[in-house]
Amino acid sequence: MLDFLKNPIATFQDFLFLSGRAIRNIFRAPHYADDILLQMDIIGVGSLFIVGLIGFFSGVVMALQMSRALATYGAQGQIGQIVSITLVRELGPVLTAVLVAGRNASGMASELGSMRVTEQIDAMRALGTDPIQKLVTPRLIATALVLPLLTIISDFLGLVGGYFIATTMLNITQSQYWSSAWQVLEYNDLTQGLVKPFLFAIVVALVGCFYGMRTVGGTQGVGRSTTKAVVVASVWIFVITSMLDPLFVNL
Amino acid sequence: MPGDSTIVRFENVSLSFGATPALAHVSFEIKAGETRVVLGAAGSGKTMLLKTAVGLVKPDSGRVYLFGQDVTDLKESELFAIRAKVGILFQEGGLFDSLTVEENVAYPLLNQQVLHHNGTRPAEDLDNRVREALRFVELEHTLEKFPNELSGGMRRRVGIARAVVTRPALVLYDSPTAGLDPITANTIISVILKERDLRNTASIMVTHRYQDGHLMANFRYNPSNGQIEPGARTGPEVGAEVSQVSTRFLVMHEGRLVFEGSETELRASPDSYVQKFARAGTA
Repeated sequence: MLDFLKNPIATFQDFLFLSGRAIRNIFRAPHYADDILLQMDIIGVGSLFIVGLIGFFSGVVMALQMSRALATYGAQGQIGQIVSITLVRELGPVLTAVLVAGRNASGMASELGSMRVTEQIDAMRALGTDPIQKLVTPRLIATALVLPLLTIISDFLGLVGGYFIATTMLNITQSQYWSSAWQVLEYNDLTQGLVKPFLFAIVVALVGCFYGMRTVGGTQGVGRSTTKAVVVASVWIFVITSMLDPLFVNL
Repeated sequence: MPGDSTIVRFENVSLSFGATPALAHVSFEIKAGETRVVLGAAGSGKTMLLKTAVGLVKPDSGRVYLFGQDVTDLKESELFAIRAKVGILFQEGGLFDSLTVEENVAYPLLNQQVLHHNGTRPAEDLDNRVREALRFVELEHTLEKFPNELSGGMRRRVGIARAVVTRPALVLYDSPTAGLDPITANTIISVILKERDLRNTASIMVTHRYQDGHLMANFRYNPSNGQIEPGARTGPEVGAEVSQVSTRFLVMHEGRLVFEGSETELRASPDSYVQKFARAGTA
């Protein structure tokens, strides 16, 4: 009766196995520092422009949209608070993670997937390298280090975007904007703003690598894995953030 | 099996994916310096045989011994040291396409350094070994190229160079001539003969071309002119006419081993499936 659940559960179990091995490998030799740095460059430096751009515009849009609502209460001066809280707590981490999922989970799935279908993964094992150690763990470490940093940059540029709108269109002074944006932030906000991207990073990297590693069926299979990786990673980002929010809101 | 020169030994090995058997009760062995030619149609389990031999795939039942050690239940991390003694040429070469030819061939050497944590081998020695391996397959000029810039035959040769750069005692060749024209195919086989006869490595070659097996059984590499020529292998440890004896043919059909014997026996086999391969060679 519950046969339809077998496949998803088996897949999830495989995912947990891979995750377990990838995380365990962090504490085991050999370490591939070159690969970690290379991945940090690809994921971090490579995503910098698009993450900054999207961060900036999300700040602009937040300020513009919220200014109307705030004007109803004559509270336009609080625009800094609104932009700051929404960006740091929610939009910054989620948007950045979804972007990185689109850019890099897909990249990982297609790269590892092509390696799988052309027997490069098997060749690697035959030549005495653990493919999880060499391919998955460096991507996991790199993403987990880089995504929180990208999020900070995105948050900051979002605040700059809000500032741009506040001063040019809403007649709010520079000091008014920045002091309200700064003072409203509590440790709780900063904590969740940094814990979230860290968790998202783990999901993005592991999901991307997972679908890459289990690719079958030639080039078409690589395409399927790539799509799945992005979709699944994005869904998990939203699931995780909505599970975490009740925790942090009550803190 | 200490003191035994058996390199690979399959005991009643079975493996299936879902309902389809990939290997069914396969038993055979190969001793040091010997050659096995595995013939069979596509999907008959030839590639699985090779992958099982080095533990890339775990059998459902039966035992696999490699260099006298039971590798059936070994963990991946325990297999690495044993696999270092085996060279493998994958079907399409299995080269890392984001690495240059030089990096590809150096990979097994570097990797063994990583494995053994000694890291003392000087870079110059590494470079020499890589060049030597590429000279062996006559591709020394391709060092800086990427695999996708090479032709199919050249990729296989780089694959062979990577497989033999560590001087393994056993080399597995998965369809080394598949998809190549007859002339290029013969070049590949002559490189394989060269490796076998100069270094006396045991070889298992999976192929669907009878001619490949015929060459393996009846030709030898002549180091003085660099050509292959008909005749039995000669060498310090190999006496005359050993070639015919030490080169045996295995024929696989739907996962089962339906024939094992010398070339003469292969030609004389009454089995119609086996005959298809033997006749393909004479046609």
